[in-house]
Amino acid sequence: MTENLKFRNPEMAQNIAAKIKGLAPKAGKTKICHVCGTHEWTITHYGLRSLLPEDVEVIAGPGCPVCIVPAAEIDEAVQLAQMGIVVTCFGDVLRVPGSKMSLLEAKAAGADVRIVYAVSDAVEMAKHEPQKQFVFFAVGFETTAPSTAVEALGNPPKNLSFLVSHRLIPPAMELLLGVGDLQIDGFIAPGHVSAIIGLKPYELFPRVYRMPTVVAGFEPIDVLMAIYMIVKQQSEGTAKLENEYPRVVKPEGNPKALEMMNKAFTVTGGNWRGIGRLPDSALQLRESLTDYDARLKYGVHVEQGKDILLGCECHLVIIGKIKPDQCPMFLKACTPEKPVGACMVSSEGTCRVWAKNVAIQA
Amino acid sequence: MCLAIPAKVMNIDGSKANVDFGQGVLREVNVTLVDAKVGDYVLVHAGYAIQVIEEKEALETLSLWNSILEATPE
Repeated sequence: MTENLKFRNPEMAQNIAAKIKGLAPKAGKTKICHVCGTHEWTITHYGLRSLLPEDVEVIAGPGCPVCIVPAAEIDEAVQLAQMGIVVTCFGDVLRVPGSKMSLLEAKAAGADVRIVYAVSDAVEMAKHEPQKQFVFFAVGFETTAPSTAVEALGNPPKNLSFLVSHRLIPPAMELLLGVGDLQIDGFIAPGHVSAIIGLKPYELFPRVYRMPTVVAGFEPIDVLMAIYMIVKQQSEGTAKLENEYPRVVKPEGNPKALEMMNKAFTVTGGNWRGIGRLPDSALQLRESLTDYDARLKYGVHVEQGKDILLGCECHLVIIGKIKPDQCPMFLKACTPEKPVGACMVSSEGTCRVWAKNVAIQA
Repeated sequence: MCLAIPAKVMNIDGSKANVDFGQGVLREVNVTLVDAKVGDYVLVHAGYAIQVIEEKEALETLSLWNSILEATPE
């Protein structure tokens, strides 16, 4: 869409940056937190932080759904693969370290692990190879969960089941507000998660926590505009929920998607790598779909895994406590080619985004 | 994974649609989650259309922002 190019207009960007600079003295020190790897990509790739005044800071929260899958759940996928089941997953998931190995290492050792681009690919594979057992490792936030729901509810073939590791974003946002020394002043909410869930789940942030919250799109102008809107609220002492992305995000979200998610899943407590257990933050297949629940079907459950390797600081990066370049391993022991932690593996991981988009001083 | 790409719906057949991502790159996506018509732009995430993009809204947003930016400086 040519409209997208208008959302990358450099003149407009400079204009918004000037407005932010103008508001900054009245707003005071403003720390804005986003929770989406794609937002970090836009911010880093377009160098948006260099357009902001010193007092306006943007940090990255746990916006990487692959990074926060606990090692225990990677271990479950590896176990299934080692049992001779064909494990299908999105590309990023392949190299995420488990307690002993990643799915890629399991594949190298002979397991049948296949990358798919859509859940429907796994369904097609299972239909075409009825003699094999298939599992789809369902990772992702609310943007991705509806597609898993579509397939789980669509009478999938009996030789397919789902290893569900979906997580929900608003509980992670709430967690960040409880991290005392983080001192967040406002949230940029993820535009495509919001396309599904709408605006309601964020209402508690301005209402209960007095936190300016703006739902933003992913073009550089979208993000700059959202920053401007938050700084403006700060300067006025208000706390509102605003939608910068009305061309995609409706207040009610996507009712069809929400209905299917509700039909397919229940909400339960979930473990987040590097964070721990968050109540009401994970999805689990409903009782009516237990035949398709891989954990129940194959009796696979790993209670505790090794989430963070020695020296890795992903647990601090994902809650925005440190920046990637503050991790001693960043671009030394831990690189995109040889990642140590999950943050460097996933294309949505803060460390990988920085490694691939920030110029390295020789 | 928030990465989602806009594409134009070229034809629909039940729950599947062929969409154009630009320069004639046509892919089949699942449209179960949206009420799309031929000619609509949809946002595609991992093979599924998750929302219809309102072109009118996009243009209105841009004109709204331009008026904000042209307004008296803070």
